[in-house]
Amino acid sequence: MSERIIELRHVTKSFGSVNAVENVSLHVERGEVLGLIGDNGAGKSTLIKILAGVHKPDSGEIWVKGRQVTGWNAAKSRDSGIETVFQDRALAVNQSIVRNIFMGRELTGPFGLIRVRKQLEEADRLMREIGFTSKVFNPKSLVATLSGGERQGVAIARALYNQADLIVLDEPTTALSLMETQKVFTFIQNVRAQGRSIVFIGHNIYHVYDIADRFVILDRGTVVAEARKAEVPSAESLIADMQSIARTGHVANEVGLHTPVETPA
Amino acid sequence: MATVSSTAGQSAPTRQRNPLREFFFDNRRAFSALAILIVMLTIFYLANPDVFGNPTTYRSVFLTLPVAIFLVVPSVFVVTTGEVDLSFPSTMGFAAYGFALAVDAGYDPFIGFIIALIMGAFIGTINGILIVYFNLSSLVTTLGMNFLLRGLINIGAEGFSIALPELRDTFFYNLLAGPNEIGVPTQMFWAILFVLGGWVLYNRHRFGARVHCVGDNPDSAAEMGINVKRIRVSVFVFMGIGAALAGVFSVLVNTVWWPTSGDGYLLTNLAAVFVGGTPTWGGVGTVVGGALGAVIVAFIEPGILAAGMSGFYTQFFNGLIIMLSIVGHRFNGRRYR
Repeated sequence: MSERIIELRHVTKSFGSVNAVENVSLHVERGEVLGLIGDNGAGKSTLIKILAGVHKPDSGEIWVKGRQVTGWNAAKSRDSGIETVFQDRALAVNQSIVRNIFMGRELTGPFGLIRVRKQLEEADRLMREIGFTSKVFNPKSLVATLSGGERQGVAIARALYNQADLIVLDEPTTALSLMETQKVFTFIQNVRAQGRSIVFIGHNIYHVYDIADRFVILDRGTVVAEARKAEVPSAESLIADMQSIARTGHVANEVGLHTPVETPA
Repeated sequence: MATVSSTAGQSAPTRQRNPLREFFFDNRRAFSALAILIVMLTIFYLANPDVFGNPTTYRSVFLTLPVAIFLVVPSVFVVTTGEVDLSFPSTMGFAAYGFALAVDAGYDPFIGFIIALIMGAFIGTINGILIVYFNLSSLVTTLGMNFLLRGLINIGAEGFSIALPELRDTFFYNLLAGPNEIGVPTQMFWAILFVLGGWVLYNRHRFGARVHCVGDNPDSAAEMGINVKRIRVSVFVFMGIGAALAGVFSVLVNTVWWPTSGDGYLLTNLAAVFVGGTPTWGGVGTVVGGALGAVIVAFIEPGILAAGMSGFYTQFFNGLIIMLSIVGHRFNGRRYR
């Protein structure tokens, strides 16, 4: 089995009396695209924010590349090689593209001084790399002046910069045009081709089915099913399973989906 | 769409960048403040060329202007994070009180200076912790702190000022406020140095970049691993240190500490921040503009008087200039959410 980039073990997170995520165990292998699916309120976003270190789990363990990490937070998540493109894109729109790309990760020289020119060059290179060829192609432009797809490009460029081992994309294609969605898919394939991993969250099951190697279905805060792509004949059967889960709380099980089995690391 | 209008000027295909235009665009808020200052001084000069053509006028303003500058630079940082600090007048008086007591007790002024800085930083830390970790409104918290510290001053000093003639001719005094050959008060050089340092910190340092991001969108900043709480506490600490510097420099002007020290700066300093081009809503601002704002505010009163109007007019023109200038800054770009 290939290396596990990150592994959550028995993670629980509650907000007040609501268990947003309950006893979830989940891992991401190197070079795979993991599709995370589930209805609204299934706990997808909470799980993403735990991966990104924005939420600290109430209980459970987080292992990065075979080592347990304590004091998990957003800075540690990024230091561990995990970059997240949040659903809200996590941009500061009154700031320039450069400042957004290097937010929390400024390229600094002595005394914490920012290497302004280096940042400009790198931002320029990244935006080209992801095919950001809009009319306002200037790393100093304010993010507020960009379109939705362009803003998504900034968020993705930021995730790309550090050659992260794992890139988490939370609904990256929502509100994007067909062309822009295609761009995101190309990007995902490129990242996987480089041997890096992706966690892809989407409402559109067809998108997830197309892009992912493995699926994990969440329902009401728990992992109810998982499957490799080879075990699922079509996107339609995935949807059928989700519907059965929504009705009965478990998988009908005529296809390859199965309830998760405990696997030792 | 209103959001498009402010970028219309740069919507041409911009592969080759124009450095000069970029420089103006990047610093447009500071340039607006400079324009306001120039227009204002021109009007004052035309109204009374004798007074405003005379270096003495500028020299007297430059004697107290540094105090305002030490306050305005950290205030820009605080406002950029989307907060406000109203406690700096008393922090200034309180830290200066510590300085005055130490010097009066015979300690080296440098020791008094360090004491004042520690007091300022300590008060800023308390403000920051209350606001950030107890999740209180910065407006109300620092309002309370302002009263509290002034109260402590009153309890301790019982209305008496402290005269410190022994400060004169000490190395400390000569270094910070002593006579020099150039004819510009020495304090002014320290103030300019402080503005330059503030500019570097604000525009060219990791801390400043994070202050911008936190003020713009604290959620995004946190998601990107920025320690938002630490940044927010830090700006209040910086404000405390700036207030302490202002306090010590205010004592050096006349080598006297007054129990009311700092009182007059509350509204003028906030006016300087906003006249300088830093908007109230956080995420953007300008240190140089803030300093220019302090210059603008400092010249209003002498300008009105020199123009031959009575002192009763100063408040009116203060208000008029503030309101006209924020209308002017309005064209520097809208707030994006």
